[in-house]
Amino acid sequence: MQTKRMTFPGRWLPYALLGPQVIVTLIFFIWPAGQALYQSLLREDAFGLSSNFVGLANFTRLFSDGSYLNSLSVTAVFAIGTTLLSMSAALLLAVTVNRMLRSRNAYTTLLVWPYAIAPAIAGVLWWFIFNPAIGIVPYALEMVGYRWNHRTSGGDAMLLVVIAAAWKQIAYNFLFFLAGLQSIPQSLIEAAAIDGASPTKRFWTIVFPLLTPTTFFLMVVNIVYAMFDTFGVIHATTQGGPAQATNTLVYKVYADGFVGLNLGASAAQSVILMVIVVVLTFVQFRFIERRVNY
Amino acid sequence: MVENRPLGNLAAHLILISGVALVLFPVYIAIIASTHGPGEFMRGVLPLTPGDQAVENYRLMWEAGLAKAGSPPAWRMLWNSLVMALAITIGKLFISLLSAFAIVYFRFPFRLFFFWLIFITLMLPVEVRIIPTFQVVADLGMLNSFAGLSIPLIASATATFLFRQFFMTIPEEMLEAARIDGAGPLKFFRDILLPLSVTNIAALFVIMFIYGWNQYLWPLLITTDPDYTTIVMGIQRMTSTSGDETPDWNLVMAAVVMAALPPVLVILFMQRLFVKGLTETEK
Repeated sequence: MQTKRMTFPGRWLPYALLGPQVIVTLIFFIWPAGQALYQSLLREDAFGLSSNFVGLANFTRLFSDGSYLNSLSVTAVFAIGTTLLSMSAALLLAVTVNRMLRSRNAYTTLLVWPYAIAPAIAGVLWWFIFNPAIGIVPYALEMVGYRWNHRTSGGDAMLLVVIAAAWKQIAYNFLFFLAGLQSIPQSLIEAAAIDGASPTKRFWTIVFPLLTPTTFFLMVVNIVYAMFDTFGVIHATTQGGPAQATNTLVYKVYADGFVGLNLGASAAQSVILMVIVVVLTFVQFRFIERRVNY
Repeated sequence: MVENRPLGNLAAHLILISGVALVLFPVYIAIIASTHGPGEFMRGVLPLTPGDQAVENYRLMWEAGLAKAGSPPAWRMLWNSLVMALAITIGKLFISLLSAFAIVYFRFPFRLFFFWLIFITLMLPVEVRIIPTFQVVADLGMLNSFAGLSIPLIASATATFLFRQFFMTIPEEMLEAARIDGAGPLKFFRDILLPLSVTNIAALFVIMFIYGWNQYLWPLLITTDPDYTTIVMGIQRMTSTSGDETPDWNLVMAAVVMAALPPVLVILFMQRLFVKGLTETEK
């Protein structure tokens, strides 16, 4: 890795400068992660008095546990649903805004502010709108003959948390799509127009393929967001229910470890989540290396 | 735009206006709900026009909070959120600037090791190591304190990398000139690097303030004392009332509006810095 050609001499100063960051990292990141690895190999007795080494038993137990497998598939549905909904809405809006000349900035301002809303608050907002007793949406759905109730129907609950999580993320995707669109050379689009390609054809044969790097990057970011940053959406609304229909992996780590006090199982889940983050980070950085060389 | 299509423009405006309406809808409903008296919520569906209880609701929430749900007054929760967000933001900026400076302007043994150590924090968000991190903070006696709320969150790989990248673009001649004039490392850092980094610092400040303000899981874990309740987690407590009792939606929504206002204002007034911070931290 590079430094400057010329550097400062100094034997202790660089360590002192790195000190605060390294100390915080060691105490609050590396040590707990090590603890999670270690605890994932132990099992405590029923009273929490002693623990013994059980090897990979916590992991094999997890993968034969119906509720964990359920949580895996819930997370997959939630992540894919959130990513698809949020990215397609953002792409539609970005392409449309990009046509505008005078009103572009005004629309952009109106569309980006939900980025500032905390996931938990986004959850509460949609929870309120969809409230079966007083919410406005169930009232409208009732008129077309659908009885909405996210307290009893797992499908309704999943739809609710997907909408809340996707709503908050539209702003982010929108900004990146807009930046991607603006980096596409106008001459390509003009050439296609002269050859008689309609706007729809131009979008699918020129714009969309050239956006692929942005789309791929956003896909990874959105999956990470849906898996790890949406704890607030779940905790403030469905709390994993009804009947575990929205019990995502991160929520389950919290519920099993903090509420259920099952440390070994919770630590094993933490380790699996770490592996998932490492893989996703790797994918993201590999891809960014490639994008730089484009 | 390539050709002039009046119908296309009309359709585009329609799409955008409905998009904006959908994005605004939940917040509009929250604002409306916060202006009605408690009685409106017993009568079935919520009205879509403002009521006349706005001043009472906000004053009650601000001064007294929601005692029956164990919530402190909003001013205290907002203050806690502000202190936590600023501590996280300033802490992150401070330690990232220092470590980026060390990594770029010094050669020393284990430099690469430290770089990777910082990089690893990207792969260990709080969400994946909830219990052991809680235990560490508990062992250090940092539960129910601002130190516990902020310090464990201030390690920042993204900020360090951003500053490293930025420092690499600063011309070599700056350092040469400074050294010829006899400036030591700390003077160079303070009088040359910091002034040059102002825009980057401001852009990151916006992003990290929003990040800090919106923290949810961490305050939930380590604070039990209502004196340290932050507004974002306080709202969750207000909605989860026991049994059949319905939450006081008018007050909850007043709190929601107050919780969302500071970060939204930051984005609206510093939109350019926000976009810069967002797009550059993700590179």
